[in-house]
Amino acid sequence: MYDVLIIGAGINGGLLAQRLSKYNLRIALLEKDNDVANEATAANSAIIHSGHDPKTGTLKAKLNVRGNALWDDLCKELKVDFIRNGAFVVAVNDEEKLKLNELYHQAQERGVPSRLLNREEAILLEPNLSDLVIEVLDLPSTGIISPWEVTIAAVEDAMNNGLELFLDHKVTNIDRKEGYFDVTTPKGVFQAKVIINSAGLYSDDIYAMVSKQNSYKITPRRGEYYVLDRAIKPVVSRTIYPLPSEKGKGVLVVPTIHDNILIGPNSDIITNKEGKDNTSAALQYVKEQVAKTVKNIPMHTVIRTYVGLRPSHLEYDFVIEEAKDVKNFINLIGIDSPGIASAPAITEYVLDILSNMVPLNEKTEPRISRRPWLILNRMTVEEKQAMFEKDSKFGQMICRCEHVSEGEIVDVIHRNAGAKTVKAVKRRVRAGAGRCQGGFCEPRVIAILARELNIKPTEVLLDSDESTILVGETKENLA
Amino acid sequence: MKHFELIIIGGGSAGLSAAVSAFENGVRDILVLERDKELGGILQQCIHNGFGVHTFKEELSGPSFAERFINLVKEKHISYKLNAMVIHLNDDKTLEYVSPEEGYNVIKASAIILAMGCRERTRGAIAVPGYRPAGVWSAGTAQRYINMEGFMVGKKIFILGSGDIGLIMARRLTLEGAEVKGVAEIMPYSNGLPRNIKQCLEDFNIPLFLSHTITKIDGLDRVSGVTIAQVDESMRPIPNTEKTFDVDTVLFSIGLIPENALSEEANIEMDPKTRGPKVDESYQTSLNGVFACGNVLHVHDLVDFVAEEGRKAGIAAAKYINSQLEEGRFVNTLAKKGIGYIVPQRIHPVNLDKTIELMFRVTKQYKNVEIVIKNDDEVLRVIKKKHLAPAEMEKVILKASDVALCQQTLTIEVVEEVA
Repeated sequence: MYDVLIIGAGINGGLLAQRLSKYNLRIALLEKDNDVANEATAANSAIIHSGHDPKTGTLKAKLNVRGNALWDDLCKELKVDFIRNGAFVVAVNDEEKLKLNELYHQAQERGVPSRLLNREEAILLEPNLSDLVIEVLDLPSTGIISPWEVTIAAVEDAMNNGLELFLDHKVTNIDRKEGYFDVTTPKGVFQAKVIINSAGLYSDDIYAMVSKQNSYKITPRRGEYYVLDRAIKPVVSRTIYPLPSEKGKGVLVVPTIHDNILIGPNSDIITNKEGKDNTSAALQYVKEQVAKTVKNIPMHTVIRTYVGLRPSHLEYDFVIEEAKDVKNFINLIGIDSPGIASAPAITEYVLDILSNMVPLNEKTEPRISRRPWLILNRMTVEEKQAMFEKDSKFGQMICRCEHVSEGEIVDVIHRNAGAKTVKAVKRRVRAGAGRCQGGFCEPRVIAILARELNIKPTEVLLDSDESTILVGETKENLA
Repeated sequence: MKHFELIIIGGGSAGLSAAVSAFENGVRDILVLERDKELGGILQQCIHNGFGVHTFKEELSGPSFAERFINLVKEKHISYKLNAMVIHLNDDKTLEYVSPEEGYNVIKASAIILAMGCRERTRGAIAVPGYRPAGVWSAGTAQRYINMEGFMVGKKIFILGSGDIGLIMARRLTLEGAEVKGVAEIMPYSNGLPRNIKQCLEDFNIPLFLSHTITKIDGLDRVSGVTIAQVDESMRPIPNTEKTFDVDTVLFSIGLIPENALSEEANIEMDPKTRGPKVDESYQTSLNGVFACGNVLHVHDLVDFVAEEGRKAGIAAAKYINSQLEEGRFVNTLAKKGIGYIVPQRIHPVNLDKTIELMFRVTKQYKNVEIVIKNDDEVLRVIKKKHLAPAEMEKVILKASDVALCQQTLTIEVVEEVA
């Protein structure tokens, strides 16, 4: 019997699991896919918004402002990167300038660090602002993270301290029993006293398993993005927002913690929860819109496009509460933007709800802290050489673009919440995330995965369990 | 810090040829750094024939062509390191490399030859709509799987781009038992060599769809299909011209990009047209004592020309080491109407022997035109051409004495209307 069972290993499920691993509780984290951080957490704008933008009086506004303040300590604890690179919201005409002023006052009221800059002042800081920009709202507390790295690190940290992670466990049914739940997956039935539904895009479906009154409906909002190659001098150093509209924060230019630039997203309401296909119309729209805010974008350095599905629902605000009709069942529904920025505050908020359901007694034994990722690219020659002398695999370069050694890849395969697929390796060490997009390193990564997991190269997966890469050996087809 | 007279980054056809010629011109202290597990570069996976017609007057496979140069390097006892990748290049000609034998090392050279080759443009670079499942590769990666690793990438294949690698792979996959359902090319003409169109597509009845592009890739996990459409003159898909194909694999052969991360790190001046360094008549870049040759400089269509460029860069580096390269007055070359780029980008007339060879590509297909070369505004040479295409590299040899007369700019242009 688990005290708490979390459904969905996205950023909220992961951070909750990490937090709960500090208490004397038996916790299970169930994930339908073969890796954590695989849906909305894997594809979004990766921004820690300041909290200037959500509608006043909403949970979004409250949790975003609070969440922003919690990221420094959280990332220090998880040993992952967090950079407060700041952001500009730009106005391009007099009407927008008025709205920018309103946004400034809203930020001030919430205690969000902010100031207005005229064009001349702004250009000194971001020379590639478009010629249309006349005034700027500077939001220096805005930051950037890698949402999947945070989640992977959180789950790893939690597993080091007792969390049980179950990948490839899609929940198919939940039965309400006397004082507990039976949670059915194709791989077995789990019993738990409390359920946290952090199933993102599928949170409505999960809730529907226990409630006939379920009135929530997730209607994914699709956002499409371009990724630019790392540059010695990126086109912007801050995140650049247009003025927000009813449809959201608009098309952004976002530096990433890995020195790439993201451009996007648009916002299309779709019905297919697996509709992660790029469309030429949206990509064209993104390209046109971004010209309003930033110039000199080197579009010839695009290395990839991607799609993120925001798990939006019909209402504006987050739903984070014990289900009104199901005791000990906590819903996290409609956690779209600013869901990432708010995540640490969402954890606190859920913990508060949870404290009425299970006793939260902190463990007395010392915590096994997470070992940071080995990133040789950031080490001095002497530090790298010391790694090499321990294991020559740190001297075998695998990914040419992002400079990832075999030793780093082997390390992430054998950790808790370790990499089992080519994409999982890419998310952890960036092999294949560079300008050649795996053209050079994919065959080598497959060979390493096969060797380390003791499977055949033809069994190595790109991503999902059906995403076989190699269909067989040569000459097999020839009689 | 260990010092070498000459370090060559890359042991493919350009780097090996440069090493051999530098040795033949008196340089003995040479180190070739190769990041793959054997010398030869991309030739090792090009098991088809057709290499070496110019260099050796016979048709060789890629590995055989490479072997000739590898043997020369070994005969001359030129030192080289394998699995040795240069990860940093600095403007003081120090560099850091790593290998599983030695780990991380910083070394310095009097002269460096950049011969890192090129990489393939990817599906992501051209933002092809659709899903991002398994089964989507650049053609060269598929070639490596099949020819080097011994694995099949798919059973039913569609290929975008009629560059030579795509054409070669259409035939290779067919011979391995896969069904190649078609090749689409966005241009109204192929960018591959005519012999490859004949031998790789027509001989196997593989359809070539000119003026077509992929408008969608389907499949959540593995490719399940591909949709192509005809494009108009602005390369936009024309509605209602879509065709769909039931395939499990899509390959992209949509161009090559010089691999210049190191050059950029060393702050070497780049040519946005070639995406390679700007070089002079001696293949010297903007960084004194650093030379570039082969596909890292500009993408070639034949390996023979890569090797030839390596040979010349090797000679130039030897001259540099012996302080025989002069600086001083130079002439810029300028690509005008109809010309995409010219290599070299500048010429020091004082360093020319008797002649200089300029290499250039046109920006589109032309028929019955003139190529006009001018010294400043004075016509130096007019060459009549029946046929010009971007896929084919053009060359012109000029007399050193003629170039010496040029004051500032030597231009090349295409003139359509013959006066």
